[in-house]
Amino acid sequence: MTLATRRSVTAYSFLAIPLVFFLCVRFGPMLYMMAMSFTNWGLMRKVTRFIGFENYKTVLSDPVFQQSLGNTLRYAILGAPIVIVVSLCIALLLDTIPKGKGIFRLIYVLPYITPVVAVSWVWRWMYQPPPLGVINAILVAVGIPAGEFLNSTTQALPSILGVNVWVELGYCSTIFLAGLQTIPKELNEAARIDGAKGRQVLFKVTIPLLAPITFFLVVMEGIQFLRIFTQVYNMSMQAMGGPLNSTKSAALYIYQKAFTNFEMAQAGSASIILFAIIMAVTLFQMKFLDRKVNY
Amino acid sequence: MKRIRSAILLLALLSVVAIAGAQTVTITYWQYFYESKVQLVDELIKNFEKANPGIKVEQVTFPYESFNQKVAASIPAGEGPDVITLFYGWLPMYVKAGYLQELPKSDFNKAYFDKTYYPFVAESVDFGGKYYSAPTAVRTLALIWNKKLFREAGLDPNVPPKTLDELAAYAKKLSKYDSQGNLIQAGLAMQPTGQGHSWIREVLFRQFGNVPYSSDYRKVTYADAKGAAALKWYTDLITKDKVGYPNFATDDVTAFKAGKAAMNIDGSFRIATLNAVKDLEWGVAELPSYNGIKSNYASYWTHGIVDGVKGKQLDASIKFLKYITSPEVQELWLQKVGELPATPALSEKYKNDPVILPFLKGLASAKASLFIDEAGQRNVMVDAVDEVILKKVDPLQALKNAAAKEQKLIDDFWK
Repeated sequence: MTLATRRSVTAYSFLAIPLVFFLCVRFGPMLYMMAMSFTNWGLMRKVTRFIGFENYKTVLSDPVFQQSLGNTLRYAILGAPIVIVVSLCIALLLDTIPKGKGIFRLIYVLPYITPVVAVSWVWRWMYQPPPLGVINAILVAVGIPAGEFLNSTTQALPSILGVNVWVELGYCSTIFLAGLQTIPKELNEAARIDGAKGRQVLFKVTIPLLAPITFFLVVMEGIQFLRIFTQVYNMSMQAMGGPLNSTKSAALYIYQKAFTNFEMAQAGSASIILFAIIMAVTLFQMKFLDRKVNY
Repeated sequence: MKRIRSAILLLALLSVVAIAGAQTVTITYWQYFYESKVQLVDELIKNFEKANPGIKVEQVTFPYESFNQKVAASIPAGEGPDVITLFYGWLPMYVKAGYLQELPKSDFNKAYFDKTYYPFVAESVDFGGKYYSAPTAVRTLALIWNKKLFREAGLDPNVPPKTLDELAAYAKKLSKYDSQGNLIQAGLAMQPTGQGHSWIREVLFRQFGNVPYSSDYRKVTYADAKGAAALKWYTDLITKDKVGYPNFATDDVTAFKAGKAAMNIDGSFRIATLNAVKDLEWGVAELPSYNGIKSNYASYWTHGIVDGVKGKQLDASIKFLKYITSPEVQELWLQKVGELPATPALSEKYKNDPVILPFLKGLASAKASLFIDEAGQRNVMVDAVDEVILKKVDPLQALKNAAAKEQKLIDDFWK
């Protein structure tokens, strides 16, 4: 064995460990779940038998599942673009300030590194109706009518969405900032010497050069919002995704099917539907958004 | 010689210890975590082990939210407990799933249950003549009120409302608002997710002349004009009179403890919790009546033996089950937890206790809804209230939606 082959054998054997882990812990259960989604497996039933597409029919015709899919799409379609645009603005501002960049960056990234459960509960308290909620106390003090937030079927979803946007901003703006710092200063200066205005530099130079990073973030945030769970679980009353299922996400629906109704196979078929949606969205993004960048 | 003798002695001693060790049976007991109950059971286990040498009991507890999850994951795998305490509303589900075994007919039969327990208990643990569990204690609902807030509102702190009309009038007087009209003190806590859904289901519906279910609880019958009148009365308190609303000050219990709600409908299990709050002056009264009709909702936790437990384990489990449902333990349960004895005769002694009495009186008219999916059925009623107060759906329509959903749950279960 030459040194080179020995080296690659070592490398492969080290890489095999996470691969085995991935196969056993992720891939195996996933295939098992796919197979089981065609049975009537439930923890309350002693006999499990093959029932074909019955679960898919049941789940797809369940109005609660339809509503939770709608909510999930709403989270993603509203949430991901807002996060991308706002975090890009924050990153551009952070890039221009001469002093205190570190402290501002820390402030923006703090929500991201705080446990989501803690964030959710603090916001749940802040959203409370008067006289307890901080946000409503401020609104009332300045004479604006108090908001219903989590107790309203129309405001609850945006309220939860807002919290997730706030959390994700830290992550995205940090990545954008790192991206901005990789853009060669010369390009910017050359454009300015050629007479480009600030706005032109931004839209013709900076943003196009950030495209690979933007693409990465769009995909990541899309997935992040499509599988939103913890915030909804912790911010809705009795973790039900209420009021009236108005905040219930597909992930929460799956959780409830599996762990409160013990209909494991139905939960499995619902998760495969969610998986297919996430996959389709990601493939779509990869096809249409992934453009090569030329300097 | 001496050495040999001591060696023989030692051997003999060892064998005695070994025999004794072999005869020790260890059984596992599961319940959800409720501090006063867990502490009491620890004490009970000590007493039981003293009286039954050779049996050891291990108590394991889980949070309420994940209890059924643990059970569903462990019992089918054969890793569950021997004796388990479950909410009576989960009983049909457990029996159907085959988690529990039938209790020995020699001790636990119809005659025994009819003689020992309140009628609503005897009815709801009977599965076609088979019995799978027996309870220690029962709970009912009552009206609790904050005496200090009554005084502040110019009401006599020792005279609680007696009818629903009085309740509504008192609640209006006890509500406070800020300059914008936002509620800052609830006259009556309105929390369907707490005890509210049971108050509507078993009390208000009946008081307005409706019968919410068929006698076997397989048919939902609350979606009629009388049921709608009951739901309208309840939701009007939220939308028109604005005396409280769901999740005000987090929830009803928190609001009452913090002095933000002047009255609440709550269960006897809350006695210990409320007694622990400093400077809270509170009273208990029977649920307000209406049209001269009294009604109440009773519930209980009940103990069963898990399927597959056999031999010595089974004998020990039966002994333990008999002990924790004994009259002696029922009284301890009342003193330490606040839940009422499940045997009517034992309650007699507490007729002079002002806190216990209203709960005891409630038992006379109490019904225990036969849930087949307690969480699902609770949610159906919570949604009916939400539809009326958030989406302005007509109460009768909201009940029709609820009845359709609940009927489907019931039909699917018995299918």
